[in-house]
Amino acid sequence: MDKIQQDLLAQVAGIHEVPEGAYSLRINGNLYGKNSSEHIEIVKKEDKPGIDIFIKAGTKNESVHIPVILSQTGLKELVYNDFHIGEDCDVTIVAGCGIHNGGSETSEHSGIHSFFLSKNAKCKYIEKHYGEGDGNGKNVMNPTTYVELEEGSYLEMETAQIKGVDSTKRVTTGKVMKNATLIVREKIMTHGDQYAETEFDVELCGDGSGTHVVSRSVAKDRSKQKFISRIKGNARCSGHTECDAIIMDEATVAAVPEILAVHPEASLIHEAAIGKIAGEQLIKLMTLGLTEKEAEEEIVNGFLR
Amino acid sequence: MLELKNVSYSVGDKQILKNIDLEISDRFVAITGPNGSGKSTLAKLVAGIIQPTEGRIYFDGKDITDMSVTDRAKSGISFAFQQPVRFKGITVKYLISLAAGKNTSVAEACAYLSEVGLCAKDYINREVNASLSGGELKRIEIAMINARGTALSVFDEPEAGIDLWSFNNLIKVFEKMHARTHGTIMIISHQERILNIADKIVVLAGGEVVEYGEKDIVFPKLMDVRAGCRFTENN
Repeated sequence: MDKIQQDLLAQVAGIHEVPEGAYSLRINGNLYGKNSSEHIEIVKKEDKPGIDIFIKAGTKNESVHIPVILSQTGLKELVYNDFHIGEDCDVTIVAGCGIHNGGSETSEHSGIHSFFLSKNAKCKYIEKHYGEGDGNGKNVMNPTTYVELEEGSYLEMETAQIKGVDSTKRVTTGKVMKNATLIVREKIMTHGDQYAETEFDVELCGDGSGTHVVSRSVAKDRSKQKFISRIKGNARCSGHTECDAIIMDEATVAAVPEILAVHPEASLIHEAAIGKIAGEQLIKLMTLGLTEKEAEEEIVNGFLR
Repeated sequence: MLELKNVSYSVGDKQILKNIDLEISDRFVAITGPNGSGKSTLAKLVAGIIQPTEGRIYFDGKDITDMSVTDRAKSGISFAFQQPVRFKGITVKYLISLAAGKNTSVAEACAYLSEVGLCAKDYINREVNASLSGGELKRIEIAMINARGTALSVFDEPEAGIDLWSFNNLIKVFEKMHARTHGTIMIISHQERILNIADKIVVLAGGEVVEYGEKDIVFPKLMDVRAGCRFTENN
């Protein structure tokens, strides 16, 4: 691994070398290394690029790292990762994609992730997207996620795209069964001429199922964002989607909700708030001795923390 | 230490403050007066949030009229808002660190919070967002001013919304603050008990200073007026 690749790895996964335990590390379109552990088996797919991750029933407090690094300009890849999480598990999956594009061609990573959570399984999924590079080639990431949550299971997804991704379209779809819960927390910052679109489409199928989707975003310069959220309540369920965005400069943000209750006891809420930083927030921090610019940075950093 | 010379403030044709001349250098100075008399406007002029349409403001002998909010804050002026501001994602501890101008330790932040009657461990990692009540925010606002420890601290109705917390404690906070900073604490208030601890009282009415003097002289007059009003109302 060279210095650029190490830095990207630190940015997206918070690690500097090959992680301990179960992992799969993909660099420039190839599997750089993988390791299975006693309870977590990682198998390379034969028919297409990607891996299957099998987590044995009852696995507790274990984690899997599956970062992807692209440092070769113009590389385009499509990867399939399937997570099969056994009954009563309690695990953490750390994914992430870092692109360093030093050339003039577009680099693109599209990850198609499928999560199958068995009965009463619990999983936390953390994903960071980051781009950099001194060339004028674009960094593109289009993650697609499909989730299937069996009875009583719980999936918490934390996704962040903080810098350097020129174009992204994130699609999350899924089905939530009886007493299962899906939590999604997304943080996005766009700058320059970037575009980010998030589409969330989930069906709450079982009684007692629930979902909570929170999107916090900051759009700077001339960047554009779109947040689409669709929740369908087919049972006695509760769904909540929330889009909270700060716009700066000439940036634009659109929030498009669609909540559909097809059961009399479905309870669905959509909230969206888009606006610039409140003047009183800036003034408050200025009365603490911060300059307007510093105050702005603190407010944005806090908002995306 | 703080001097306002012939300060006026107008919005369009409406004059909100008229020819204010004040010299403030005592320990505790209370600003009182009816609603709409210009008290909050006066505080905002001192903090630099608004600029006077006429007159000059001096702080420690230096003309600060044209100084920005940031520069005034750096030169030693703190301002506690009447309605504190919420910040999504910023924790109470982080805000106190920003106020102190350094990374405050958990112990230090706890000390500031305990002083304003908040159980520190419950609050230190809370976000300063809509989950906090108005009264809690008010106390955090006071803790921030305490963390700054500047020569001049201006409080805009600090007692509003903190009814469950005794006034005695609030007064103790001001006394401790003064013992630490040896500065001036300017408090906008309608509360008799706060007015009663002041060294001097400024009474504003219709945008003008109608009384400014030692508490022992001004306070009884205020009480007389209030008694008169109550008497009138009862009849």
